[in-house]
Amino acid sequence: MLLEVSELAVDVATRRGFQRVVDRTSFSIAEGEGLGMVGESGSGKTMTALALMGLTPEGARVSGSIRFEGRELVGLEEDAMRQLRGDRIAMIFQEPMTALNPLRRVGAQVAEPLMLHRALSKREALARAVQLLEHVRLAEPERAARSYPFALSGGERQRAMIAMAIGCSPRLVIADEPTTALDVTVQARILALIDGLRSESKMAIVLVSHDLAVIAGHCDRVIVMYAGVIMESGPVEAVLREPRNPYTLALLEARPGPGAPRGARLKTIPAAPAVAQGNSEGCPFAGRCALTIDICRKVTPPEVAFGAGHISRCHRAGEVGLAR
Amino acid sequence: MTLSARFRPRGGLSLWLGAVLVAALIAAALLSLIWTPYPPTAIDIPHKLAPPSAAHWFGTDNLGRDVASQILVGSRVSILVGVIAVGIGLAFGIVLGLIAAFSKGLVEDGLMKLSDFVFAFPALLLAIMLTSTFGPGVVNAIIAIGIYNVPIIAKLTRATANGVLSREYALAARAAGRGSIAIAIDHVLPNIAPALIVQATIQFAIAILAEAALSYLGLGAQPPETSWGKMLADAQNVLYNAPRLALYPGIAIALSVLGLNLLGDGLRDALDPKLRARS
Repeated sequence: MLLEVSELAVDVATRRGFQRVVDRTSFSIAEGEGLGMVGESGSGKTMTALALMGLTPEGARVSGSIRFEGRELVGLEEDAMRQLRGDRIAMIFQEPMTALNPLRRVGAQVAEPLMLHRALSKREALARAVQLLEHVRLAEPERAARSYPFALSGGERQRAMIAMAIGCSPRLVIADEPTTALDVTVQARILALIDGLRSESKMAIVLVSHDLAVIAGHCDRVIVMYAGVIMESGPVEAVLREPRNPYTLALLEARPGPGAPRGARLKTIPAAPAVAQGNSEGCPFAGRCALTIDICRKVTPPEVAFGAGHISRCHRAGEVGLAR
Repeated sequence: MTLSARFRPRGGLSLWLGAVLVAALIAAALLSLIWTPYPPTAIDIPHKLAPPSAAHWFGTDNLGRDVASQILVGSRVSILVGVIAVGIGLAFGIVLGLIAAFSKGLVEDGLMKLSDFVFAFPALLLAIMLTSTFGPGVVNAIIAIGIYNVPIIAKLTRATANGVLSREYALAARAAGRGSIAIAIDHVLPNIAPALIVQATIQFAIAILAEAALSYLGLGAQPPETSWGKMLADAQNVLYNAPRLALYPGIAIALSVLGLNLLGDGLRDALDPKLRARS
């Protein structure tokens, strides 16, 4: 396994003490695998991604275990972690507008990790940066390298971000909502680019998104998170076709789809998302779930397996979907 | 496009007017290094309090010293005070502000509390305390004004640096494996430089005013040194006989401060990255 996460928990410091935002999270990623992470805002997916990079906010506490290439990352000194960042593990950010420094030329920014991790001279790194920009299929890579970020479109900027991330051939790329800020056609092209890069270099990718269609089309396995907890995980096909958790089902049903009668209302999940609850007992989704029974509020649901790595954390997992 | 077109002329006018006034100040200071009409401290009692004439453009003071020469030399003092006092403020302020922004927690709180503490003293009171402890003189006045500048620059640096650090490209740089010092130099400083430059011009103007005030109070330039503030103090003794003696240094101070403030204003508009990105 390239990455093995077990019993990961993240507590962030707030004015009222520590707040658990990721809890009891275990998953693994194989070499070259595409793992999707879905959930509402505040479900802990971005914080999980940042924990993998060792970039949780100041004062956050990370516990559990993150093993990357056999090496434990939780508790690793900052210096050693920095060697890995941008080299073995890289990250693609959501906002191509703000993820590039407006005052530095694109080429110099793409060259930065190369100078840092590959000890290339400035000239070599800049030449390599142009190759990378060409590799991510930016038109006129030389002109783009000399440009400042404002001169590029959103899609071009996101390609430059990707070039920056893949420069050192990382084994794992974490893409946090890489296409959310882009329009749909650009989004499709960027995702196709990421797919191509993944298959050609066998790098694994963690795709964080709230868009189930994106996950369905571009990942092998999926993790559904809610209130900092993994509600369901498994192969994309199995989880999205036959969800075994009421939360996954609710997410799927809340999507607009073709064939819906004109003027029909979208299905919504009642009430507001729960905040992560730490060690309190019960299912975090109990307050909004259609299937809630007494036990849901009192006992933390166990993981129920449905074969082929498909796991659901629900007391009534066996009944989900059958009612559909 | 339309935004920058709308703001350009306003920023442009104050920028150019300010630049011209500041350039005149610098030119006067440079000129005084190689030439003044008369030695500025040459006393000529028979010609004391002479009105402006071809020989003495601005006339002479109560000791017969040429006022034009003193104004020229005074510009040098003002620039010296401004450059060094602002330099002290920038050197210490930027470092402390960056340390605060990057360290967070106790260090940040401690540094900012310390800044508040220094900040709480009125600039003049701080300068009077220092010059009365270490003796009056231009050097001690400069150090006092410099110390007053440190917390102002430190607070500005911390606030703007925190803004930059909260942007995704700062996180992206860390995700690329860069360390704090590299991020501070490559990403934070260039992005906060416009704010610092604008603040520096304003602190420069304040430094000139503060030096004038200190010299006026007898805590700055000491005889035979001269400065605009000291000229004001000297003029006060003969204010009823020759009010123009107070006028010349007063106008020099006012024009310098005006020029620096206009320059700062113009730079603020010209350096605004949002306007620049659209142009």
